[in-house]
Amino acid sequence: MAGTPNAFQRANALVGRATQRVYALTMNAFGLVMEPAQKLLGVRRMAYLFVLPNLLVFGIFILFPMLLNVYFAMTEGGNLFPQDRPFVGAANFERLYTCTDYGDPNTCLEDRFWRAARNTGVFVFFQVSGMVLVSLITSMVLNRKIVARGFFRSVYFYPVLLSPVVVALIWKWILQRDGVLNAILIALGLDPINFMLDGTWAMTWVILVSIWAHMGFYTLILLAGLQSIPNELYDAGAIDGTSTLQAFRHITLPLLMPTMMVVLVLSLIRAVQMFDEVFVLTGGGPGSATMLMVQYIYMTGFGTQNPRFGMAAAASVTLGAVLLVATLIQLRLGQGSERHLA
Amino acid sequence: MSAVARFLTRRQHEGPGRGRARRWSVADVLTYGYLIAGVLVMFGPVAWLVLSSFKTQANLLEFPPTLLPLAQDTAVVDGHPEPLPLFDVVQDDGSTVRLAQVRRIGLVAQMVDPVNPDEVLRVPIERRTPVRNFRLATENYIESFGRFNFATYLRNSVIVTIGATLITLIINSMAAFALSKYRFRGRNAIFLVIIATLMIPISVILVPVYLVITQVGWINSLWGVIIPGAATPTGVFLLRQYMLTIPDELLDSGRIDGASEWRIYWQIVLPLAAPALAVLAIFSVMWRWNDFLWPLIVLTRSEFFTLQVGLNAFQGELNVQWHYVLAMTVLTLLPITVVFSLLQRFITTGIASTGVKG
Repeated sequence: MAGTPNAFQRANALVGRATQRVYALTMNAFGLVMEPAQKLLGVRRMAYLFVLPNLLVFGIFILFPMLLNVYFAMTEGGNLFPQDRPFVGAANFERLYTCTDYGDPNTCLEDRFWRAARNTGVFVFFQVSGMVLVSLITSMVLNRKIVARGFFRSVYFYPVLLSPVVVALIWKWILQRDGVLNAILIALGLDPINFMLDGTWAMTWVILVSIWAHMGFYTLILLAGLQSIPNELYDAGAIDGTSTLQAFRHITLPLLMPTMMVVLVLSLIRAVQMFDEVFVLTGGGPGSATMLMVQYIYMTGFGTQNPRFGMAAAASVTLGAVLLVATLIQLRLGQGSERHLA
Repeated sequence: MSAVARFLTRRQHEGPGRGRARRWSVADVLTYGYLIAGVLVMFGPVAWLVLSSFKTQANLLEFPPTLLPLAQDTAVVDGHPEPLPLFDVVQDDGSTVRLAQVRRIGLVAQMVDPVNPDEVLRVPIERRTPVRNFRLATENYIESFGRFNFATYLRNSVIVTIGATLITLIINSMAAFALSKYRFRGRNAIFLVIIATLMIPISVILVPVYLVITQVGWINSLWGVIIPGAATPTGVFLLRQYMLTIPDELLDSGRIDGASEWRIYWQIVLPLAAPALAVLAIFSVMWRWNDFLWPLIVLTRSEFFTLQVGLNAFQGELNVQWHYVLAMTVLTLLPITVVFSLLQRFITTGIASTGVKG
């Protein structure tokens, strides 16, 4: 390989030098502000200057809005600016939580909220359990002595990188009435099904598609967990004559538990927030059969002619509370599994 | 062929000349069955999208669909300015001839023999079958660039992705530098607040962030998409943990040489933190390129749409023009696919070790 560099190597070196030049120039330009500031502040107080930009963005666009959200939830009307919004106390929450029969969304004042809550519950339950099961099986298969593990691992991981809109369009195209799936059903001698016009089928596919799109991520985490189990344990088990099933129950499962909990909580948090894929795939339909919580918030606050920001904020405070609980559980569990999760 | 078969059936730790191969167990068969089914299920839908995106509009409307993109052959016939579609026609005596169709009137088609274009034949339409061959309808791609502002969306997505990633890298690494290399009052409080919001998604604070964006005047501005997500808690956390491993002595020796704190940051710490920066850069590109809900709210005028928002807008139209939507979907997933195939190992190990994701 040594000798005179070819054109590609020369171009590469050229780009590298140019990038370095631009990097140095940019950083020196910032230095024109930062270096006099150091003279002014002293070395130790420079720390504040370093955190400042991030803290400003963070404060203005995350921290302040989090506090403001609670205030929004206690005001009503279609005006966006807080000074134009009458304070109503807990009225939004009362309206949100008023039902004569909590088992039936139709009896609730805000029936769409409860329908979204129920859909989210169904979605989270089946999606998370399916996700954990499929990723566990896949990671165990990938952990066997197989040829081309890297290839198969990236096969399962690939959809994770696709944008939710792309994922939804891929499946919308497959699942449509004249789509390839119905053609396969007919070829097998079955009746075609209009998946997107049937509430149960639509929800089933929403769950399956989101598992398809995200399972690779959890498979990777579980695979890392599996690979950290020392092989000696299995060897010792083999000497004692344990069967494969026993080894799974008494070695794999207990040692994988911390990782499993991380996967469970992470997938739970993400399932509760699900929006993009479902919104593009079904639009929440048919009717409101697949409308999830974040879509309710979006529709109430933005996807309508007369936005009800107070209601949307009250719903998102509710969602935030649910997520907070899940996060706290994760932090508790995370202490036991820091090896796998940062 | 046998070499290929041997390669495909080979298992790890088992090469040529290493004794008789172990027999295939049931578990092996199940394993490879699962893996191959996995390839079909994971890649199949994407492959079907790519195949479909190369079909002509007529080919797309067919049911059942054809596997490969097929297009009808045409022939240029004297006396007709446009190329005419070709059909195989069954004649009365049972033989077949290849004719070009001039026009169709009800159940009868007027056809001509391309060799002898003067004589117009009248053929019942059930007697003719179109002559079709494999052809990639690249016009779907070319035309979708011209229509629907696709180029504008692409430009917006590129600006948002690159701009946001650069800003994220700079401000996150500055904050991580301060949090890992300085002792100052409030350091732990700042770090705790950042960690606490690690799991708070923007969907929970949609309304108030929208208000802030409106106040700043960033509705229908790419800044409104770029800035709010730039102070990622994930990024600060990731970089801080990495910078903690950089020895303080390096910084001190820089100070002895008279370097300013800023110079220490960009000439010593940042180059050493390059692996962590690369992981964050990849994540940021992924997050921003695929971002949907936030741009959907901030951008309401189509000249500011990003690819994802634009794509959603067409697929929601009453008459979905699938031949364009599919082509644009392929173009949207192309950059991510290229990046992934180049950096695949890096991304998967990065995610497995940090447990973060978009």
